[in-house]
Amino acid sequence: MTAVLDCRRVRKVFRGTVVLDDLTLTVAENEVVVLIGASGSGKSTLLRCVNLLETVDDGTIHLDGVDITDPKIDADRVRRRIGLVFQAYNLFPHLSVLDNVTLAPRRVHRLSSTEATERAMALLNRIGLTAKAKEFPDRLSGGQQQRVAIVRALATSPRLLLLDEVTSALDPELVGEVLDLIRDLKGTTTMLIATHEMAFARQVADRVCFLDGGTIHEQGPPEQVLGSPEQARTRRFLHRIIGLPAG
Amino acid sequence: MTTVSALQRERLAYRRRQSVLSVAVAAASTAVVGVVVVVAVTGAPGWDRVRATFFNGAIARDALPDVLVGLWLNIRLLAVCAIGALLLGLGLAVLRTLRAPVFFPLRALAASYTYLFRGTPLLIVLYLLTFGVPGLRLRGTPSLLVLGGIALVIVYAAYIAEVFRAGIESVHPSQRAAARSLGLTYRQTMRHVVLPQAIRRVAPPLLNDLVALQKDVGLISLAGPIDAIRVAQIQTAEHYNFTPYIVAGVLFVLLAIPLIAVTDWVTVRAARRQSAEGTP
Repeated sequence: MTAVLDCRRVRKVFRGTVVLDDLTLTVAENEVVVLIGASGSGKSTLLRCVNLLETVDDGTIHLDGVDITDPKIDADRVRRRIGLVFQAYNLFPHLSVLDNVTLAPRRVHRLSSTEATERAMALLNRIGLTAKAKEFPDRLSGGQQQRVAIVRALATSPRLLLLDEVTSALDPELVGEVLDLIRDLKGTTTMLIATHEMAFARQVADRVCFLDGGTIHEQGPPEQVLGSPEQARTRRFLHRIIGLPAG
Repeated sequence: MTTVSALQRERLAYRRRQSVLSVAVAAASTAVVGVVVVVAVTGAPGWDRVRATFFNGAIARDALPDVLVGLWLNIRLLAVCAIGALLLGLGLAVLRTLRAPVFFPLRALAASYTYLFRGTPLLIVLYLLTFGVPGLRLRGTPSLLVLGGIALVIVYAAYIAEVFRAGIESVHPSQRAAARSLGLTYRQTMRHVVLPQAIRRVAPPLLNDLVALQKDVGLISLAGPIDAIRVAQIQTAEHYNFTPYIVAGVLFVLLAIPLIAVTDWVTVRAARRQSAEGTP
């Protein structure tokens, strides 16, 4: 079986700074892979490269066996099959919650308005926000906005869901509701998640990858990478984040 | 009923006294300024003469019907020119934001256009079109009114294009990223995400440009069509009295007030709809 996502020796350079350095990573169907690492380690850049918001400088990325780094590929078609959720939600402030969710299904996937609305309301029901469907995003709390953003990304049934530090902009008390939703998606959605929430990584990840200097230094089941890391730099990072003995 | 502490009652009383005081101060200073202005103007040595030549009631009543007929032309011209300038301006603004190399000529053309016509005085464009174009003696040359309207659209579209472009560029790049990540194409992102936000944001300066256009529509009188200003000019020459110009001026102000009021209302409503606090 081919992996949903297959990144091989991906390289990305911003003005002479190597952000991704021959990074190789595969994500299987319905697998949840969590990327951890310090700010600037390349987590967000990798997600943006996978979604073709950035162009890689070398290496290949395959989605369902198709090379999406081929310059001849139609980027819009690729993005239709990938959902991306941002740290700052990036909901459209001029559209109601419902219109935020139905925009892509209607305009990109050509669903009828009724069908798109039906599916959107079902998704909003799942996150308990049907009552807010007609509201504008600014009327929602950060946690509610981020859950709408996740639902918006899910509305087009993407093959792969990318989550970029989705709880970093939230008050601590609102983090839980967003993580609950993501935990709910586990098992039915292929996800690549960049996060600073180690406890969450431990709960939701099938595999944790530690990034440093634009490459993966250590990966494996969460209890291994987060509990007894083999690499000295992983231990140093976890020591700073969660106070694991640097040993 | 919750009981209010003595301290809070004292504070409320103090604030009430302060607001009564500030209303009184405002009223007094307005009265003083008003009296000074009236005394200065009516007390001027030439006031009687000025009043007779600019504010003659009988002549105003006499001129009003014809000036109103002329104003109707201004209003129709304004409506057509406003729509034309908005559409052309929006088109130019969108062309200037295109990034693909294939669009380079269009982008360059749109940029040169805004540079050229923001720099050219409206009057010269108006003369070129209304006197120059008919001089070519081509078959099917439109009327002076249409040519004058085209001159207004050409010049105002250049300003409006820059207002639209500022609006487009003020939409945060993360909004485009979000739209593109959902699979929307460049065109769909522009149409459904960027432009709706951009237009809302620039609605006040746009309507401001339309108020300016509304006044400049009167310049068409220089080319010949009988609009409100032209009627006032004719009447002024007939009566040897400037009152018809004042009549036209007052009508122009009255025409602008609804447009200005709509601008404010649109701005406030857009701000309220998008903000949880209900304040812009």
